[in-house]
Amino acid sequence: MDFDKSLISTLEERARTIRYDVIRMLTMARSGHPGGSLSCADIVAALYFHVMRHDPRVPTWPDRDRFLMSKGHCAPTWYAALARAGYFPAQWLDSLRKIDSPLQGHPDMLKTPGVEMSSGSLGQGLSIANGMALAARLDGRDSRVYVLLGDGEIQEGQVWEAAMTSAHRKLDNLCAVVDNNGLQIDGRVDEIKSLGSIPTKWESFGWNAIEIDGHSMREILGAFERARSIKGRPTVVIARTIKGKGVSFMENVVDYHGVAPTDKECVNALAELDRA
Amino acid sequence: MARKIATRDAYGDALVRLGERNADIVVLDADLAKSTKTIKFKERFPERFFDMGIAEADMMGTAVGLAASGKIAFASTFAIFATGRAWEQIRNSICYTNLNVKIAASHAGIAVGPDGSSHQSIEDIALMRVIPNMKVIVPADGVETAKAVTALVETSGPAYLRLGRSAVPAIYDEGFEFRIGRASVLREGSDVSIIATGTMVHVALSAAEALAGDGINARVLNMSTIKPIDAGAITAAAVETGAIVTAEEHNVIGGLGSAVAEIVCETSPAPVVRVGIRDCFGRSGEADELMAVYGLTRESIVDAAREVLSRKAVTK
Repeated sequence: MDFDKSLISTLEERARTIRYDVIRMLTMARSGHPGGSLSCADIVAALYFHVMRHDPRVPTWPDRDRFLMSKGHCAPTWYAALARAGYFPAQWLDSLRKIDSPLQGHPDMLKTPGVEMSSGSLGQGLSIANGMALAARLDGRDSRVYVLLGDGEIQEGQVWEAAMTSAHRKLDNLCAVVDNNGLQIDGRVDEIKSLGSIPTKWESFGWNAIEIDGHSMREILGAFERARSIKGRPTVVIARTIKGKGVSFMENVVDYHGVAPTDKECVNALAELDRA
Repeated sequence: MARKIATRDAYGDALVRLGERNADIVVLDADLAKSTKTIKFKERFPERFFDMGIAEADMMGTAVGLAASGKIAFASTFAIFATGRAWEQIRNSICYTNLNVKIAASHAGIAVGPDGSSHQSIEDIALMRVIPNMKVIVPADGVETAKAVTALVETSGPAYLRLGRSAVPAIYDEGFEFRIGRASVLREGSDVSIIATGTMVHVALSAAEALAGDGINARVLNMSTIKPIDAGAITAAAVETGAIVTAEEHNVIGGLGSAVAEIVCETSPAPVVRVGIRDCFGRSGEADELMAVYGLTRESIVDAAREVLSRKAVTK
Protein backbone atom coordinates (compact mmCIF):
# COMPACT_ATOMS: atom_id res chain seq x y z
CA MET A 1 0.00 0.00 0.00
CA ASP A 2 1.21 3.43 -0.83
CA PHE A 3 0.91 6.20 1.67
CA ASP A 4 1.65 9.83 1.20
CA LYS A 5 5.17 10.69 2.31
CA SER A 6 4.03 13.74 4.22
CA LEU A 7 1.39 11.68 6.08
CA ILE A 8 4.07 9.22 7.14
CA SER A 9 6.44 11.92 8.33
CA THR A 10 3.64 13.73 10.16
CA LEU A 11 2.69 10.55 12.02
CA GLU A 12 6.33 9.77 12.79
CA GLU A 13 6.62 13.23 14.27
CA ARG A 14 3.49 12.57 16.37
CA ALA A 15 5.04 9.37 17.68
CA ARG A 16 8.23 11.24 18.53
CA THR A 17 6.21 13.83 20.48
CA ILE A 18 4.42 11.04 22.37
CA ARG A 19 7.76 9.47 23.31
CA TYR A 20 9.05 12.86 24.41
CA ASP A 21 5.93 13.36 26.57
CA VAL A 22 6.21 9.86 28.01
CA ILE A 23 9.80 10.40 29.18
CA ARG A 24 8.97 13.80 30.71
CA MET A 25 5.81 12.49 32.42
CA LEU A 26 7.47 9.46 33.93
CA THR A 27 10.46 11.44 35.13
CA MET A 28 8.18 13.91 36.89
CA ALA A 29 6.02 11.13 38.27
CA ARG A 30 9.10 9.26 39.58
CA SER A 31 7.37 5.98 38.76
CA GLY A 32 5.65 4.25 35.87
CA HIS A 33 6.35 2.05 32.88
CA PRO A 34 8.58 3.46 30.14
CA GLY A 35 9.47 0.30 28.22
CA GLY A 36 6.04 -0.72 26.96
CA SER A 37 4.90 2.89 26.67
CA LEU A 38 7.69 3.54 24.18
CA SER A 39 7.20 0.28 22.25
CA CYS A 40 3.57 1.09 21.38
CA ALA A 41 3.97 4.81 20.62
CA ASP A 42 3.95 4.43 16.82
CA ILE A 43 0.80 2.28 16.86
CA VAL A 44 -1.08 4.68 19.14
CA ALA A 45 0.05 7.68 17.10
CA ALA A 46 -1.22 6.06 13.89
CA LEU A 47 -4.60 5.30 15.47
CA TYR A 48 -5.26 8.70 17.02
CA PHE A 49 -3.84 10.89 14.26
CA HIS A 50 -4.98 9.02 11.16
CA VAL A 51 -6.78 5.70 11.47
CA MET A 52 -9.59 6.32 13.94
CA ARG A 53 -12.75 8.34 13.47
CA HIS A 54 -13.07 10.44 16.59
CA ASP A 55 -13.71 13.98 17.75
CA PRO A 56 -11.83 15.29 20.80
CA ARG A 57 -14.49 17.98 21.25
CA VAL A 58 -17.14 15.28 21.67
CA PRO A 59 -15.42 12.37 23.45
CA THR A 60 -18.72 10.48 23.82
CA TRP A 61 -19.82 10.81 20.17
CA PRO A 62 -21.74 7.53 19.68
CA ASP A 63 -20.39 6.91 16.19
CA ARG A 64 -16.75 7.25 17.18
CA ASP A 65 -14.23 4.46 16.82
CA ARG A 66 -13.01 3.16 20.18
CA PHE A 67 -9.52 2.51 21.44
CA LEU A 68 -8.84 0.45 24.56
CA MET A 69 -5.47 0.15 26.25
CA SER A 70 -5.78 -3.34 27.65
CA LYS A 71 -2.14 -3.18 28.75
CA GLY A 72 -3.10 -0.38 31.08
CA HIS A 73 0.38 0.23 32.50
CA CYS A 74 1.20 1.94 29.21
CA ALA A 75 -1.29 4.68 30.03
CA PRO A 76 1.33 7.47 29.55
CA THR A 77 1.31 6.81 25.79
CA TRP A 78 -2.47 7.01 25.72
CA TYR A 79 -2.51 10.20 27.80
CA ALA A 80 0.09 11.83 25.57
CA ALA A 81 -1.89 10.95 22.43
CA LEU A 82 -5.14 12.19 23.96
CA ALA A 83 -3.55 15.45 25.11
CA ARG A 84 -1.91 16.11 21.74
CA ALA A 85 -5.19 15.24 19.98
CA GLY A 86 -6.96 17.85 22.10
CA TYR A 87 -8.94 15.83 24.63
CA PHE A 88 -7.41 17.79 27.52
CA PRO A 89 -4.68 20.38 28.07
CA ALA A 90 -1.12 19.15 27.63
CA GLN A 91 -0.24 20.66 31.03
CA TRP A 92 -2.22 17.82 32.61
CA LEU A 93 0.56 15.47 31.55
CA ASP A 94 2.80 16.99 34.23
CA SER A 95 0.45 15.71 36.93
CA LEU A 96 0.65 12.00 36.04
CA ARG A 97 0.30 9.75 39.11
CA LYS A 98 0.11 12.70 41.51
CA ILE A 99 -2.58 13.08 44.15
CA ASP A 100 -5.68 14.81 42.69
CA SER A 101 -4.46 14.21 39.12
CA PRO A 102 -7.01 13.25 36.43
CA LEU A 103 -4.23 11.05 35.04
CA GLN A 104 -4.09 7.96 37.21
CA GLY A 105 -1.23 5.46 37.18
CA HIS A 106 -3.48 3.18 35.18
CA PRO A 107 -6.36 4.39 32.95
CA ASP A 108 -9.54 5.55 34.69
CA MET A 109 -12.47 6.29 32.37
CA LEU A 110 -14.24 8.32 35.05
CA LYS A 111 -11.34 10.73 35.48
CA THR A 112 -9.84 11.26 32.04
CA PRO A 113 -11.64 12.52 28.92
CA GLY A 114 -11.07 10.20 25.98
CA VAL A 115 -10.19 7.20 28.11
CA GLU A 116 -12.79 4.73 26.87
CA MET A 117 -12.23 2.13 29.54
CA SER A 118 -10.42 1.71 32.80
CA SER A 119 -7.71 -0.92 32.81
CA GLY A 120 -4.62 -2.00 34.66
CA SER A 121 -5.51 -5.53 35.58
CA LEU A 122 -4.27 -7.39 32.52
CA GLY A 123 -6.29 -9.62 30.23
CA GLN A 124 -9.66 -7.90 30.36
CA GLY A 125 -9.59 -5.46 27.43
CA LEU A 126 -10.42 -7.85 24.61
CA SER A 127 -13.62 -9.05 26.31
CA ILE A 128 -14.68 -5.44 26.79
CA ALA A 129 -13.79 -4.58 23.19
CA ASN A 130 -15.99 -7.49 22.09
CA GLY A 131 -18.87 -6.02 24.08
CA MET A 132 -18.38 -2.66 22.38
CA ALA A 133 -18.21 -4.29 18.96
CA LEU A 134 -21.42 -6.21 19.70
CA ALA A 135 -23.14 -3.01 20.86
CA ALA A 136 -22.12 -1.25 17.64
CA ARG A 137 -23.60 -4.12 15.65
CA LEU A 138 -26.83 -4.07 17.66
CA ASP A 139 -27.17 -0.34 17.13
CA GLY A 140 -26.31 -0.51 13.44
CA ARG A 141 -23.28 1.74 13.81
CA ASP A 142 -20.17 1.31 11.68
CA SER A 143 -17.81 2.19 14.53
CA ARG A 144 -14.64 0.14 14.80
CA VAL A 145 -13.02 -0.98 18.03
CA TYR A 146 -9.26 -1.17 18.53
CA VAL A 147 -7.67 -2.85 21.52
CA LEU A 148 -3.98 -2.92 22.37
CA LEU A 149 -2.60 -5.95 24.21
CA GLY A 150 0.86 -6.71 25.51
CA ASP A 151 2.58 -9.93 24.51
CA GLY A 152 3.11 -10.84 28.15
CA GLU A 153 -0.54 -10.00 28.70
CA ILE A 154 -1.74 -12.74 26.38
CA GLN A 155 -0.56 -15.25 28.98
CA GLU A 156 -3.83 -14.37 30.73
CA GLY A 157 -6.47 -17.02 30.04
CA GLN A 158 -9.28 -14.51 29.67
CA VAL A 159 -7.65 -13.21 26.50
CA TRP A 160 -8.28 -16.58 24.86
CA GLU A 161 -11.83 -16.82 26.18
CA ALA A 162 -12.35 -13.46 24.54
CA ALA A 163 -10.53 -14.46 21.35
CA MET A 164 -13.03 -17.30 20.95
CA THR A 165 -15.90 -14.87 21.44
CA SER A 166 -14.65 -12.42 18.80
CA ALA A 167 -14.24 -15.17 16.23
CA HIS A 168 -17.45 -16.99 17.12
CA ARG A 169 -19.41 -13.77 16.72
CA LYS A 170 -17.51 -12.78 13.56
CA LEU A 171 -16.57 -9.37 14.92
CA ASP A 172 -14.96 -7.87 11.85
CA ASN A 173 -15.47 -4.40 13.34
CA LEU A 174 -12.83 -5.30 15.91
CA CYS A 175 -9.07 -5.11 15.55
CA ALA A 176 -6.66 -6.25 18.24
CA VAL A 177 -3.00 -5.28 18.30
CA VAL A 178 -0.36 -7.27 20.15
CA ASP A 179 2.63 -5.14 21.11
CA ASN A 180 5.15 -7.93 20.70
CA ASN A 181 8.19 -6.42 22.40
CA GLY A 182 9.29 -9.79 23.80
CA LEU A 183 9.80 -8.71 27.41
CA GLN A 184 7.74 -8.84 30.58
CA ILE A 185 8.52 -7.76 34.15
CA ASP A 186 10.44 -10.85 35.16
CA GLY A 187 12.36 -11.29 31.94
CA ARG A 188 12.02 -12.47 28.36
CA VAL A 189 8.54 -13.72 27.49
CA ASP A 190 10.18 -16.75 25.86
CA GLU A 191 11.82 -17.67 29.16
CA ILE A 192 8.96 -16.90 31.53
CA LYS A 193 6.17 -18.65 29.61
CA SER A 194 6.73 -18.91 25.90
CA LEU A 195 3.89 -18.06 23.55
CA GLY A 196 5.01 -20.27 20.68
CA SER A 197 3.87 -18.87 17.35
CA ILE A 198 1.68 -15.89 18.19
CA PRO A 199 0.05 -15.60 14.74
CA THR A 200 -0.59 -19.35 14.59
CA LYS A 201 -2.34 -19.21 17.94
CA TRP A 202 -4.65 -16.41 16.85
CA GLU A 203 -5.29 -18.02 13.46
CA SER A 204 -6.24 -21.27 15.15
CA PHE A 205 -8.76 -19.27 17.18
CA GLY A 206 -10.36 -18.09 13.95
CA TRP A 207 -8.69 -14.74 13.53
CA ASN A 208 -7.05 -13.07 10.60
CA ALA A 209 -3.48 -12.38 11.71
CA ILE A 210 -1.16 -9.77 10.23
CA GLU A 211 2.50 -9.50 11.24
CA ILE A 212 4.26 -6.18 10.91
CA ASP A 213 7.21 -4.14 12.05
CA GLY A 214 5.50 -2.14 14.77
CA HIS A 215 7.83 0.81 14.28
CA SER A 216 7.25 1.17 10.53
CA MET A 217 4.48 3.72 10.08
CA ARG A 218 3.83 2.43 6.56
CA GLU A 219 3.37 -1.12 7.79
CA ILE A 220 1.16 0.03 10.66
CA LEU A 221 -1.16 1.98 8.36
CA GLY A 222 -1.17 -0.85 5.86
CA ALA A 223 -2.17 -3.36 8.52
CA PHE A 224 -5.08 -1.26 9.74
CA GLU A 225 -6.30 -0.78 6.16
CA ARG A 226 -6.17 -4.50 5.51
CA ALA A 227 -7.93 -5.20 8.81
CA ARG A 228 -10.76 -2.92 7.78
CA SER A 229 -11.22 -4.79 4.51
CA ILE A 230 -11.38 -8.27 6.09
CA LYS A 231 -15.00 -9.34 6.54
CA GLY A 232 -16.49 -12.10 8.61
CA ARG A 233 -13.72 -12.43 11.19
CA PRO A 234 -11.67 -10.27 13.51
CA THR A 235 -8.11 -9.22 12.75
CA VAL A 236 -5.12 -9.17 15.05
CA VAL A 237 -2.08 -7.13 14.16
CA ILE A 238 1.03 -8.64 15.69
CA ALA A 239 3.44 -5.77 15.89
CA ARG A 240 7.07 -6.72 16.39
CA THR A 241 8.41 -3.94 18.55
CA ILE A 242 11.36 -2.99 20.70
CA LYS A 243 10.70 -2.35 24.34
CA GLY A 244 12.01 1.12 25.20
CA LYS A 245 12.10 2.06 21.48
CA GLY A 246 13.62 5.47 20.78
CA VAL A 247 15.81 5.72 23.87
CA SER A 248 18.96 3.69 23.22
CA PHE A 249 19.79 2.87 26.82
CA MET A 250 16.25 1.63 27.46
CA GLU A 251 15.90 -0.51 24.34
CA ASN A 252 15.46 -4.20 25.14
CA VAL A 253 16.39 -3.62 28.79
CA VAL A 254 13.93 -5.51 30.94
CA ASP A 255 14.43 -3.32 33.99
CA TYR A 256 12.86 -0.36 32.21
CA HIS A 257 9.53 -2.17 32.21
CA GLY A 258 8.54 -0.42 35.40
CA VAL A 259 11.29 1.98 36.45
CA ALA A 260 11.06 5.69 35.71
CA PRO A 261 14.03 7.56 34.27
CA THR A 262 16.19 9.60 36.63
CA ASP A 263 16.60 13.32 35.92
CA LYS A 264 19.93 12.65 34.22
CA GLU A 265 18.50 9.79 32.16
CA CYS A 266 15.63 12.05 31.20
CA VAL A 267 17.98 14.71 29.83
CA ASN A 268 19.85 12.09 27.81
CA ALA A 269 16.66 10.47 26.56
CA LEU A 270 15.12 13.75 25.45
CA ALA A 271 18.35 14.70 23.70
CA GLU A 272 18.22 11.43 21.77
CA LEU A 273 14.61 11.99 20.82
CA ASP A 274 15.47 15.54 19.71
CA ARG A 275 18.11 14.17 17.36
CA ALA A 276 15.86 11.41 16.02
CA MET B 1 -51.01 -14.97 48.11
CA ALA B 2 -49.08 -15.82 45.00
CA ARG B 3 -47.94 -19.37 44.34
CA LYS B 4 -44.64 -20.80 45.52
CA ILE B 5 -41.96 -19.92 43.00
CA ALA B 6 -38.15 -19.91 42.79
CA THR B 7 -36.64 -16.45 42.62
CA ARG B 8 -34.70 -17.50 39.49
CA ASP B 9 -38.00 -18.15 37.71
CA ALA B 10 -39.31 -14.75 38.73
CA TYR B 11 -36.07 -13.24 37.41
CA GLY B 12 -36.46 -14.86 33.99
CA ASP B 13 -40.06 -13.66 33.74
CA ALA B 14 -39.11 -10.14 34.82
CA LEU B 15 -36.39 -9.93 32.17
CA VAL B 16 -38.89 -10.73 29.43
CA ARG B 17 -41.46 -8.26 30.76
CA LEU B 18 -38.87 -5.47 31.03
CA GLY B 19 -37.25 -6.41 27.74
CA GLU B 20 -40.56 -5.74 25.98
CA ARG B 21 -40.49 -2.08 26.90
CA ASN B 22 -36.76 -1.38 27.12
CA ALA B 23 -34.70 -2.18 24.03
CA ASP B 24 -31.47 -1.32 25.86
CA ILE B 25 -31.67 -4.42 28.04
CA VAL B 26 -29.24 -7.14 26.99
CA VAL B 27 -28.67 -10.44 28.76
CA LEU B 28 -25.57 -12.62 28.95
CA ASP B 29 -25.16 -16.09 30.34
CA ALA B 30 -22.32 -18.61 30.66
CA ASP B 31 -23.89 -21.84 29.44
CA LEU B 32 -26.46 -22.01 32.21
CA ALA B 33 -29.38 -20.22 30.61
CA LYS B 34 -31.76 -23.08 31.30
CA SER B 35 -30.84 -23.04 34.97
CA THR B 36 -30.63 -19.29 35.56
CA LYS B 37 -33.85 -18.88 33.51
CA THR B 38 -32.34 -16.30 31.18
CA ILE B 39 -33.48 -18.74 28.49
CA LYS B 40 -36.86 -17.03 28.71
CA PHE B 41 -35.25 -13.80 27.50
CA LYS B 42 -33.22 -15.69 24.90
CA GLU B 43 -36.37 -17.18 23.39
CA ARG B 44 -38.12 -13.81 23.19
CA PHE B 45 -35.17 -11.59 22.23
CA PRO B 46 -32.47 -13.78 20.66
CA GLU B 47 -30.64 -10.80 19.15
CA ARG B 48 -30.18 -9.25 22.58
CA PHE B 49 -29.05 -12.45 24.28
CA PHE B 50 -25.44 -13.60 24.36
CA ASP B 51 -24.47 -17.05 25.53
CA MET B 52 -20.79 -16.63 26.28
CA GLY B 53 -20.07 -20.30 26.81
CA ILE B 54 -18.25 -21.52 29.88
CA ALA B 55 -16.24 -18.35 30.33
CA GLU B 56 -17.40 -16.23 33.25
CA ALA B 57 -14.57 -13.71 33.17
CA ASP B 58 -15.16 -13.11 29.46
CA MET B 59 -18.88 -12.77 30.10
CA MET B 60 -18.31 -10.01 32.65
CA GLY B 61 -15.96 -8.17 30.29
CA THR B 62 -18.37 -8.41 27.38
CA ALA B 63 -21.13 -7.07 29.63
CA VAL B 64 -18.84 -4.16 30.47
CA GLY B 65 -18.33 -3.31 26.80
CA LEU B 66 -22.06 -3.44 26.15
CA ALA B 67 -22.78 -1.26 29.19
CA ALA B 68 -20.10 1.23 28.17
CA SER B 69 -22.02 1.57 24.90
CA GLY B 70 -25.29 2.43 26.64
CA LYS B 71 -26.81 -1.00 27.24
CA ILE B 72 -28.25 -2.27 30.51
CA ALA B 73 -26.43 -5.58 30.80
CA PHE B 74 -27.63 -8.47 32.95
CA ALA B 75 -24.99 -11.18 33.37
CA SER B 76 -26.13 -14.48 34.83
CA THR B 77 -24.60 -17.73 35.94
CA PHE B 78 -24.42 -19.63 39.22
CA ALA B 79 -23.51 -17.45 42.19
CA ILE B 80 -20.32 -19.35 42.96
CA PHE B 81 -18.91 -18.75 39.47
CA ALA B 82 -20.20 -15.21 39.03
CA THR B 83 -18.80 -13.88 42.27
CA GLY B 84 -15.86 -16.23 42.74
CA ARG B 85 -14.38 -16.95 39.34
CA ALA B 86 -14.99 -13.45 38.02
CA TRP B 87 -14.52 -11.42 41.22
CA GLU B 88 -11.66 -9.32 40.00
CA GLN B 89 -13.38 -8.58 36.68
CA ILE B 90 -16.38 -7.40 38.69
CA ARG B 91 -14.17 -5.31 40.93
CA ASN B 92 -11.98 -3.65 38.31
CA SER B 93 -14.09 -3.55 35.17
CA ILE B 94 -17.64 -3.23 36.55
CA CYS B 95 -17.51 -1.50 39.93
CA TYR B 96 -14.44 0.70 39.46
CA THR B 97 -15.99 1.98 36.22
CA ASN B 98 -19.43 2.20 37.89
CA LEU B 99 -21.00 0.79 34.73
CA ASN B 100 -24.53 -0.44 34.30
CA VAL B 101 -23.92 -4.17 34.71
CA LYS B 102 -26.26 -6.24 36.84
CA ILE B 103 -24.93 -9.57 38.01
CA ALA B 104 -27.95 -11.76 38.59
CA ALA B 105 -26.74 -15.06 39.95
CA SER B 106 -28.82 -18.09 40.69
CA HIS B 107 -28.22 -21.23 42.75
CA ALA B 108 -26.92 -19.17 45.65
CA GLY B 109 -26.63 -20.79 49.05
CA ILE B 110 -26.59 -24.34 50.21
CA ALA B 111 -30.02 -25.36 48.96
CA VAL B 112 -28.47 -26.00 45.54
CA GLY B 113 -28.57 -29.48 46.98
CA PRO B 114 -27.15 -32.67 45.49
CA ASP B 115 -24.54 -30.91 43.31
CA GLY B 116 -22.58 -30.46 46.52
CA SER B 117 -20.14 -27.99 47.92
CA SER B 118 -18.39 -26.95 44.69
CA HIS B 119 -21.68 -25.44 43.56
CA GLN B 120 -22.93 -24.09 46.89
CA SER B 121 -22.16 -20.41 47.16
CA ILE B 122 -21.93 -19.39 50.80
CA GLU B 123 -19.49 -16.50 50.38
CA ASP B 124 -21.04 -14.43 47.59
CA ILE B 125 -22.73 -11.76 49.72
CA ALA B 126 -19.43 -11.09 51.46
CA LEU B 127 -17.48 -11.02 48.20
CA MET B 128 -19.86 -8.59 46.57
CA ARG B 129 -20.56 -6.23 49.43
CA VAL B 130 -16.91 -5.32 50.01
CA ILE B 131 -16.62 -3.73 46.56
CA PRO B 132 -17.25 0.03 46.36
CA ASN B 133 -20.17 1.08 44.10
CA MET B 134 -21.77 -2.36 44.33
CA LYS B 135 -25.36 -2.84 45.46
CA VAL B 136 -26.34 -6.24 46.87
CA ILE B 137 -29.94 -7.41 46.77
CA VAL B 138 -31.32 -10.73 48.02
CA PRO B 139 -35.02 -11.03 47.28
CA ALA B 140 -37.19 -13.18 49.52
CA ASP B 141 -39.82 -14.29 47.02
CA GLY B 142 -41.01 -14.03 43.44
CA VAL B 143 -42.84 -10.73 43.85
CA GLU B 144 -39.86 -9.08 45.45
CA THR B 145 -37.56 -10.48 42.76
CA ALA B 146 -39.69 -9.01 39.98
CA LYS B 147 -39.79 -5.64 41.69
CA ALA B 148 -36.06 -5.72 42.41
CA VAL B 149 -35.25 -6.40 38.75
CA THR B 150 -37.44 -3.46 37.76
CA ALA B 151 -35.69 -1.25 40.31
CA LEU B 152 -32.29 -2.32 39.00
CA VAL B 153 -33.26 -1.37 35.45
CA GLU B 154 -34.33 2.03 36.73
CA THR B 155 -31.19 2.54 38.83
CA SER B 156 -27.90 3.05 37.03
CA GLY B 157 -24.74 1.31 38.18
CA PRO B 158 -23.52 -2.12 39.24
CA ALA B 159 -25.60 -4.48 41.31
CA TYR B 160 -25.57 -8.06 42.51
CA LEU B 161 -28.89 -9.89 42.62
CA ARG B 162 -28.77 -13.13 44.60
CA LEU B 163 -31.24 -15.76 43.44
CA GLY B 164 -32.10 -19.23 44.64
CA ARG B 165 -32.71 -22.54 42.94
CA SER B 166 -35.65 -23.82 44.99
CA ALA B 167 -39.20 -22.55 45.12
CA VAL B 168 -39.90 -20.36 48.14
CA PRO B 169 -43.26 -19.43 49.71
CA ALA B 170 -44.73 -16.09 48.74
CA ILE B 171 -44.17 -13.32 51.27
CA TYR B 172 -45.60 -10.37 49.41
CA ASP B 173 -48.59 -9.60 47.26
CA GLU B 174 -48.41 -7.49 44.13
CA GLY B 175 -49.12 -4.30 46.06
CA PHE B 176 -45.73 -4.47 47.79
CA GLU B 177 -43.58 -1.42 47.19
CA PHE B 178 -39.89 -2.35 46.84
CA ARG B 179 -37.17 0.21 47.32
CA ILE B 180 -33.45 -0.50 47.07
CA GLY B 181 -31.92 0.08 50.49
CA ARG B 182 -35.13 -0.20 52.49
CA ALA B 183 -35.89 -3.11 54.78
CA SER B 184 -39.48 -4.10 55.31
CA VAL B 185 -40.98 -4.95 58.68
CA LEU B 186 -43.05 -8.10 58.13
CA ARG B 187 -44.13 -8.48 61.72
CA GLU B 188 -44.09 -6.01 64.57
CA GLY B 189 -42.59 -7.03 67.89
CA SER B 190 -40.86 -5.56 70.91
CA ASP B 191 -38.89 -8.37 72.60
CA VAL B 192 -36.41 -9.33 69.90
CA SER B 193 -35.80 -8.59 66.21
CA ILE B 194 -35.15 -11.27 63.63
CA ILE B 195 -33.45 -9.75 60.63
CA ALA B 196 -33.47 -12.20 57.74
CA THR B 197 -32.65 -12.22 54.06
CA GLY B 198 -33.56 -14.31 51.03
CA THR B 199 -34.68 -17.87 51.69
CA MET B 200 -34.53 -17.35 55.46
CA VAL B 201 -37.26 -14.70 55.53
CA HIS B 202 -40.15 -17.17 55.50
CA VAL B 203 -38.28 -19.32 58.02
CA ALA B 204 -37.94 -16.26 60.25
CA LEU B 205 -41.67 -15.61 60.05
CA SER B 206 -42.33 -19.19 61.05
CA ALA B 207 -39.90 -18.87 63.98
CA ALA B 208 -41.67 -15.70 65.11
CA GLU B 209 -44.93 -17.65 65.18
CA ALA B 210 -43.31 -20.31 67.36
CA LEU B 211 -41.88 -17.68 69.70
CA ALA B 212 -45.28 -16.01 69.97
CA GLY B 213 -46.62 -19.28 71.33
CA ASP B 214 -44.21 -18.84 74.22
CA GLY B 215 -45.18 -15.24 74.74
CA ILE B 216 -42.11 -13.84 73.00
CA ASN B 217 -42.99 -11.00 70.71
CA ALA B 218 -40.53 -10.99 67.79
CA ARG B 219 -40.17 -8.32 65.15
CA VAL B 220 -39.29 -9.71 61.71
CA LEU B 221 -37.45 -7.66 59.14
CA ASN B 222 -36.72 -8.63 55.57
CA MET B 223 -33.32 -7.12 54.82
CA SER B 224 -33.41 -7.70 51.09
CA THR B 225 -30.88 -5.01 50.36
CA ILE B 226 -27.63 -5.95 52.04
CA LYS B 227 -25.91 -2.93 50.52
CA PRO B 228 -26.67 -0.09 50.88
CA ILE B 229 -28.03 -1.50 54.11
CA ASP B 230 -30.98 0.05 55.92
CA ALA B 231 -29.07 1.33 58.94
CA GLY B 232 -32.14 3.12 60.24
CA ALA B 233 -34.19 -0.05 60.46
CA ILE B 234 -31.32 -1.90 62.16
CA THR B 235 -30.77 0.86 64.71
CA ALA B 236 -34.49 1.04 65.41
CA ALA B 237 -34.56 -2.73 65.96
CA ALA B 238 -31.58 -2.54 68.32
CA VAL B 239 -32.98 0.37 70.30
CA GLU B 240 -36.61 -0.73 70.39
CA THR B 241 -36.19 -4.48 70.93
CA GLY B 242 -32.70 -4.60 72.45
CA ALA B 243 -31.77 -7.96 70.92
CA ILE B 244 -31.18 -9.12 67.35
CA VAL B 245 -31.02 -12.43 65.54
CA THR B 246 -29.85 -12.49 61.94
CA ALA B 247 -30.67 -15.31 59.55
CA GLU B 248 -29.11 -16.01 56.18
CA GLU B 249 -28.33 -18.91 53.86
CA HIS B 250 -24.69 -17.83 53.76
CA ASN B 251 -21.55 -18.04 55.83
CA VAL B 252 -21.98 -16.15 59.12
CA ILE B 253 -18.73 -14.42 58.20
CA GLY B 254 -19.13 -11.41 55.95
CA GLY B 255 -22.80 -11.67 55.08
CA LEU B 256 -26.00 -10.24 56.52
CA GLY B 257 -25.05 -11.04 60.11
CA SER B 258 -21.78 -9.19 59.76
CA ALA B 259 -23.41 -6.25 58.03
CA VAL B 260 -26.02 -5.95 60.79
CA ALA B 261 -23.40 -6.31 63.53
CA GLU B 262 -21.32 -3.54 61.97
CA ILE B 263 -24.24 -1.13 62.22
CA VAL B 264 -25.33 -2.25 65.68
CA CYS B 265 -21.81 -1.90 67.07
CA GLU B 266 -21.43 1.59 65.69
CA THR B 267 -24.83 3.03 66.47
CA SER B 268 -26.60 1.20 69.28
CA PRO B 269 -24.80 -1.78 70.84
CA ALA B 270 -27.12 -4.69 71.57
CA PRO B 271 -26.55 -8.44 71.60
CA VAL B 272 -26.62 -10.07 68.15
CA VAL B 273 -26.73 -13.80 67.39
CA ARG B 274 -26.13 -14.88 63.82
CA VAL B 275 -27.90 -17.83 62.26
CA GLY B 276 -26.12 -19.02 59.15
CA ILE B 277 -23.55 -21.49 57.94
CA ARG B 278 -20.82 -21.74 60.58
CA ASP B 279 -17.81 -21.17 58.35
CA CYS B 280 -17.73 -24.61 56.79
CA PHE B 281 -18.28 -26.11 53.35
CA GLY B 282 -21.49 -27.85 52.40
CA ARG B 283 -22.07 -31.30 50.90
CA SER B 284 -24.50 -33.21 48.72
CA GLY B 285 -28.04 -33.81 49.89
CA GLU B 286 -31.57 -32.62 49.33
CA ALA B 287 -32.21 -28.95 50.00
CA ASP B 288 -34.33 -29.46 53.10
CA GLU B 289 -31.83 -31.96 54.51
CA LEU B 290 -29.00 -29.51 54.01
CA MET B 291 -30.92 -26.63 55.57
CA ALA B 292 -31.47 -28.83 58.62
CA VAL B 293 -27.89 -30.14 58.83
CA TYR B 294 -26.43 -26.65 58.62
CA GLY B 295 -28.85 -25.10 61.10
CA LEU B 296 -30.92 -22.99 58.74
CA THR B 297 -34.23 -23.83 60.36
CA ARG B 298 -37.07 -22.41 62.38
CA GLU B 299 -35.69 -24.19 65.45
CA SER B 300 -32.25 -22.61 65.00
CA ILE B 301 -33.79 -19.17 64.87
CA VAL B 302 -35.96 -19.88 67.90
CA ASP B 303 -32.90 -21.10 69.83
CA ALA B 304 -30.93 -18.06 68.72
CA ALA B 305 -33.75 -15.80 69.89
CA ARG B 306 -33.75 -17.43 73.33
CA GLU B 307 -29.98 -17.11 73.53
CA VAL B 308 -29.95 -13.47 72.56
CA LEU B 309 -32.80 -12.76 74.97
CA SER B 310 -30.78 -14.30 77.81
CA ARG B 311 -27.91 -11.98 77.00
CA LYS B 312 -30.25 -9.03 76.75
CA ALA B 313 -31.33 -9.78 80.33
CA VAL B 314 -27.71 -9.85 81.43
CA THR B 315 -27.01 -6.60 79.65
CA LYS B 316 -29.87 -4.77 81.31
